[in-house]
Amino acid sequence: MKARQDQRVGILFALPWILGFSLFLAYPLISSLCFSFTNFSILRSPRYIGFSNYSELLGDKVFHTSLVNTLLFAAASVPLATVFAILMALLLNSNVKGMAFYRTIFYIPSLVPMVALGVLWLWVFNSNYGLLNMGLERIHIPGPPWLTDPAWTKWTLVIISVWGTGNAMVIYLAGLQDVPQSLYEAAELDGAKTWAKTRHVTIPMISPVILFNVVMGLIGSMQTFALPYVMFPGGQPARSTYFFSMYLYDTAFLFQRMGYASAMGWVMFLITLALTLVALKLSTKHVHYEGG
Amino acid sequence: MQAMSQSVVRRVGLFLVLLAGLIAFFGSEKAANRQGNSKRIVVTYWEKWTGDEMQAMKHIVDDFNASQDKIEVRYLSISGIADKALLATSGGNPPDIAGLWSDQIVQFADAGALTNLDDLAREAGIKQSDYIPAYWNEMTYNGHLYAFPSSPGTSALYVNRALVPPEYRSPETFPKTLSELKVFIDKVSKTNPDGSISTVGFLPREGFGSGSWPYLFGAAFADGEKITVNSPGNLTAWKWVHSFAQRFGVRETQAFRNGFGNYSSPQNPFLSGKEATLMDGPWFSNFIRLYNPKTDWFVVPFPYPDGHPEWKGYTVLNLNTLMIPKGAKHPKEAFEFVRFVQQQPNMEKLCTAQFCNSPLAKVSYSFIKNHPNKSIAVFDKLARSSRAVGPVKLGVWDQIRSEVGNAVDEMDLDQKTPEAALNDAQTRLEAQWTKYKEQVLNR
Repeated sequence: MKARQDQRVGILFALPWILGFSLFLAYPLISSLCFSFTNFSILRSPRYIGFSNYSELLGDKVFHTSLVNTLLFAAASVPLATVFAILMALLLNSNVKGMAFYRTIFYIPSLVPMVALGVLWLWVFNSNYGLLNMGLERIHIPGPPWLTDPAWTKWTLVIISVWGTGNAMVIYLAGLQDVPQSLYEAAELDGAKTWAKTRHVTIPMISPVILFNVVMGLIGSMQTFALPYVMFPGGQPARSTYFFSMYLYDTAFLFQRMGYASAMGWVMFLITLALTLVALKLSTKHVHYEGG
Repeated sequence: MQAMSQSVVRRVGLFLVLLAGLIAFFGSEKAANRQGNSKRIVVTYWEKWTGDEMQAMKHIVDDFNASQDKIEVRYLSISGIADKALLATSGGNPPDIAGLWSDQIVQFADAGALTNLDDLAREAGIKQSDYIPAYWNEMTYNGHLYAFPSSPGTSALYVNRALVPPEYRSPETFPKTLSELKVFIDKVSKTNPDGSISTVGFLPREGFGSGSWPYLFGAAFADGEKITVNSPGNLTAWKWVHSFAQRFGVRETQAFRNGFGNYSSPQNPFLSGKEATLMDGPWFSNFIRLYNPKTDWFVVPFPYPDGHPEWKGYTVLNLNTLMIPKGAKHPKEAFEFVRFVQQQPNMEKLCTAQFCNSPLAKVSYSFIKNHPNKSIAVFDKLARSSRAVGPVKLGVWDQIRSEVGNAVDEMDLDQKTPEAALNDAQTRLEAQWTKYKEQVLNR
């Protein structure tokens, strides 16, 4: 009787979450799967068309372009952001006076809203007035047209992606502080210097954290939207910055093809899932779990 | 005893949660009905504007609310209004009035999401002859009236006197044909010693209407229901546009355009003195006032292609509209407000405050005389031209813009020849149009 009562109270307390999850996540998720098999223009009732949307995706050149753009961006930005975040975390893990201040300073950029960030970076990368090209000019390097040359536009976004590594950096920092001091002492007794300690103690010990951040970074970069949407409307120039989620958004809301956009969303989910599984599989030999 | 009091606490807690839920539910229902305690019928009006433009319409809304005691218009500035109006209409709870753009009429009407205003307009005595023909055309689709204008736009060429040689410093002596314009551009454009561009006479890919050049050459994106973005006229137009990238150099043009700031900012190429001329709408004079008021400027109609004086008066139209979505709770009351806006004094007040020309056929002398854009008469005349063009009336207009824009990018970056780029765009657009006909028009 008591157990049943407890169970009821437990469910009651969990009810807000269950309701929220069901209404705002499970229902839209299942709906979008259903819509992906329909012709649905938002303003009209969906009509079942089988796998037509999925087969159309196979021949859609813009879909292929946006997919390639997204994968290239992910391939460049995830490793770069990972290395940068680890380096920052290593620096911020050192024993220097006023470290709390530095940590706050380096974390603050990740709090800036994406749209504001986009406008800010447009200025930084402006070839006439931009800080970056002005800096390059001072060391006699002619800055490229970051925003209008397709050879550079994706790189512009990759560089910016490093800006938002504050969250990952904090997680790395927590991981670094969990590494037992005794391991460093043992390594020192064996004659290990800084690089050897980092290579053989720090990296293996934080490898689960690295895996977590890489997977989260991968998922995030596959969904990149706000920055390119603000900085390169329509994926200009020549769709060099037209990412998967931008095409999905345009398809759903500009072209009003919600069924087709839903199919795109599910393909994106499957690709992201596959990449995540590959990352997890590849990690089995390289990730060290304490006690496991 | 303790167990009992715990049970009571739990029950009271549960009751409070349920009560809060009920209050929230009925509260939100009330909010959705938006009637509040007012005895007036409340008409909700969503509009896209912010800042000065929003304030200009706010004055009209206040005037309407003060003019009678039956209806109260609640005016809301909504970001991403097209998406939100779309979803609200789909969800059966749209605003009574949506301030969308005229190029959205076709998509919304095809989906049955707009109220047909034919009868309401007839009852109110509003006639086609009350409007400038090109704007009336924008308000209708398939012979039916779906929207009324709030403020319109028309494109013309702004010229910065300080950047042009003396012989070009008046509307009378400014080039009238494209070949004369070419001579002008050659005289005005300047490069730095390192080959980079410092000033250009004109760039066709900047400003309002920069995606509609085929119409200057007598061509169109569609002929009835047939998409024609690779027609000879389109090809001629885009080759002319591409000639600017060739004239100044692909990399040089890229680098030059990379240096432009936001459209509505002091770094706009015209306002910062990088571009001597700019094709834009009447509202641009407000940006001049705000960001570089010392600019000495005038406006002329865009030059016409040589040998085609019949193509004089080319201009691109734009129309902010008031639409009544299907499912609006108070369409008749909403129309009362729309009708109020269409009255000449109210329309002229709104268009003056927004630096626009009037869409009405009759324009008062004081409107032209006191308008903050000193060249408003030029815009008014252009709107009445037979060469005034608006968006294509096909439900794939957004796709046309996207595909043609991409094709021109590909040309200018030398990724494809103009022929190949336009043929690719044509192929994709034909497929999309076929799909649209199947999926939306059930054909």
